[in-house]
Amino acid sequence: MLDADFFLRWMNALTEAVNREAGRLTELDAAIGDADHGTNLQRGFTAAKAALEKDAPDTPGAVLMLTGRQLISTVGGASGPLYGTLLRRAGKALGDEAEVSREQLAEALRAGIAAVAQLGGAKPGDKTMLDALEPAAAALDESFTAAREAAEEGAAATVPMLARKGRASYLGERSIGHQDPGATSSALLIGALEEAAR
Amino acid sequence: MTGVVGIVLVSHSAQVAASVTDLARGLAGAGDAVPVAAAGGTADGDLGTSSELVARAAHEVDRGAGVAVLVDIGSAVLTVKTLLAEGDELPDGTRLVDAPFVEGAVAAVVTAAAGADLDAVEAAAAEAYDYRKV
Repeated sequence: MLDADFFLRWMNALTEAVNREAGRLTELDAAIGDADHGTNLQRGFTAAKAALEKDAPDTPGAVLMLTGRQLISTVGGASGPLYGTLLRRAGKALGDEAEVSREQLAEALRAGIAAVAQLGGAKPGDKTMLDALEPAAAALDESFTAAREAAEEGAAATVPMLARKGRASYLGERSIGHQDPGATSSALLIGALEEAAR
Repeated sequence: MTGVVGIVLVSHSAQVAASVTDLARGLAGAGDAVPVAAAGGTADGDLGTSSELVARAAHEVDRGAGVAVLVDIGSAVLTVKTLLAEGDELPDGTRLVDAPFVEGAVAAVVTAAAGADLDAVEAAAAEAYDYRKV
């Protein structure tokens, strides 16, 4: 079973991954976006880390709700409301259980992903974070490792896609051949889950 | 609801939000009769959207008759939608209005200045999409 401590380790591992990969995320975003994805997420997760240390939420749902809240208020770009909605909706789905199963987490993530899809109006294949998150949530029923692999494959699969959402969509055909920054950061989110489970 | 509808203008740029606020006020000739607030850029003054600035602006213009929020693109749209979905971040009767930013802002302020309700302000702002230039 996964307790609040597991979820705090997950968010910590994610913050470290975002700090480590911020340069790459911003580089990917420079190709088809506005070159701020790495710095925006760094700002958001740094604020979230401070809030988690200060408030020490004691349920899985509360960890995700607080992190999502911080992302919405501090990121400044579209990734703030998108990741904020993902985590807050997933956190809400977990309720105030002290421990949840991996299957419950997968179900909660699917609720979060549905909320993100509704908010942004994107579908799988539009070259967005959904292309990494949807296969990952499905594979999470199997294992953390399968979820991480599915997320990485999903992110890599955005390279030949034509962007249909966000600033990259203005580029039309020129968006083809670049990996989507949002799908890439989503793979970090799922990869951090595997790290927390170690 | 009684009172005048409030207007919030959310842009990635603080200058754009402030300038469109001045423009809409000026063209409406409404003086201070309509509460209009700009929420532009991030809290640090960079390009982007600040949920805090949006929430503060909405509370500032709320007179109990509803608040119409007009936005430019991307994170401005998503931030306002997210705040509305949260339920308790914005005043009751706050609505994201689907309208072109500049033309919609002018139409919204003019309509609000005439004492119209939120539905009419929203309709006037949305109608600005139909205004062809050629």
